[in-house]
Amino acid sequence: MQIFNLADADQGFTAEVEARSHQNVKTCYQCGNCTAGCPYTFAYDYSVSQIMRLVQTGQKEAVLKCRSIWLCGSCQSCTTRCPNKIDVALIMDVCRHMAREEGYATERSVKVFADSFLESVERHGRAYELGLMASYMTRSGRVFTDVDLAPQVLMRGKLPFKPHPIQGREQVARIFERFRKGGKNA
Amino acid sequence: MLKIAYYPGCSGQGTSLEYDTSTRAVCKALDVELVDIPDWSCCGSTPAHTVNHVLSAALSARNLAQVESMGMTKATTPCPSCLTNLRTASHKMDDPEFKDKVNALLDVPCRNAVDTQSVLQVLAENVDPDLIKGKVVKPLSGIKIACYYGCIMNRPPEVMKFDHHENPMAMDNLMALLGAEVVPFPLKVECCGASYGIPRGDIVHRLSGKLLDAARDVGADAIVTACPLCQMNLDLRQGQINDALRENFRIPVFYYTQLLGYALGIDRAELGFEKLCVDPRLALGRIKQPQQAM
Ligand code: SF4
Ligand code: SF4
Repeated sequence: MQIFNLADADQGFTAEVEARSHQNVKTCYQCGNCTAGCPYTFAYDYSVSQIMRLVQTGQKEAVLKCRSIWLCGSCQSCTTRCPNKIDVALIMDVCRHMAREEGYATERSVKVFADSFLESVERHGRAYELGLMASYMTRSGRVFTDVDLAPQVLMRGKLPFKPHPIQGREQVARIFERFRKGGKNA
Repeated sequence: MLKIAYYPGCSGQGTSLEYDTSTRAVCKALDVELVDIPDWSCCGSTPAHTVNHVLSAALSARNLAQVESMGMTKATTPCPSCLTNLRTASHKMDDPEFKDKVNALLDVPCRNAVDTQSVLQVLAENVDPDLIKGKVVKPLSGIKIACYYGCIMNRPPEVMKFDHHENPMAMDNLMALLGAEVVPFPLKVECCGASYGIPRGDIVHRLSGKLLDAARDVGADAIVTACPLCQMNLDLRQGQINDALRENFRIPVFYYTQLLGYALGIDRAELGFEKLCVDPRLALGRIKQPQQAM
């Protein structure tokens, strides 16, 4: 069991999570409902209610470098079932944003996948599945990802070989451009 | 006739082609006119909202603005993931400060005047069940199905505003109306592993495996779903799941629009059964042929 020193609390971290999520994390009383319904607990290093407690007690480092925030599937079970109406899934999302901004990527393949996906959207205006796979494999070095599925998918004509660029793709590219200029406050 | 702006979503052009074609066909048969949103773009899917909420909302809002330019206020999409993004964007833009940040990223500002619903919600709330029943030419009697909604079509309820968040019934009711035997499925709103198929296949194998196991337990001949990602995880990855869990599942996973279209007698070419990876013929074979008139 890991022990956290409450005296090390980074109050600024708690306040930032609250401000960016518009949630009051102080009302979490650790009932564990969120964890009980979370299908991803088996893959987490900290359960979702533990993340809530770590946020409450300002354990910035532990939260930003954990695996859980990268693995949350955004299934909304925690949010839907929290008796204190805390949008817990939103807090997971916000913690992942902050981890990204501060350069953490504890589940690298998850980050690379998201990056490859968005790059595809920025370039074509729509997600281009085959190009996305190629880019993911190159960046992650995981060249054999899903090759077993290729015959199934290709045989059924489910993966167009060409992207579907749209007329507005430059408008979409500008969304990304302006976003990068604006930084985290967009 | 009901007229509504249509957002197909990126997967409808690739991995869930058959969902798109069957959706268009059943809507046409039920007098719901789908008008494609001109030059729609990707909503950003899961990756965008895990990077930044303003970016994610802007990718959705570009499409909402396109709907506004059509002079329409109602849109629909078959895909729950797109739906979540479009609805969440609208929901967050109710805050004027957030809306300003979103519009600062767009060429054409979004007024936030569009309500987006799933195609399932449109069918459940705007089409008279008697009209559907009257058009059934091949009742689905004989087949036992488990209706699987996926995690986000109904949750969180304050945003999605459709059906029940723990025990949705829209698909169950529709399938029952068509004559199918709907078995009680306890994992209706459990997560299938979402978009982790590629970066963390092990997670999808475990979570989707649980769903297949539950469907087998309740004696379902097939699973019926409304989500392209769920369908892909359960169907395309069923072989991987069998290998990973040493199982031998062979459960076809239909889109609800495919079975609805079948019952309405729509041309098989538009329903795309041959696009499913797990062979559906055995399950379809359980459907009793309609009695011939004497
Ligand atoms: S369900 Fe809500 S109150 Fe209970 S532990 Fe989770 S976040 Fe805290
Ligand atoms: S949204 Fe994330 S943390 Fe919440 S229950 Fe689902 S997977 Fe777990």
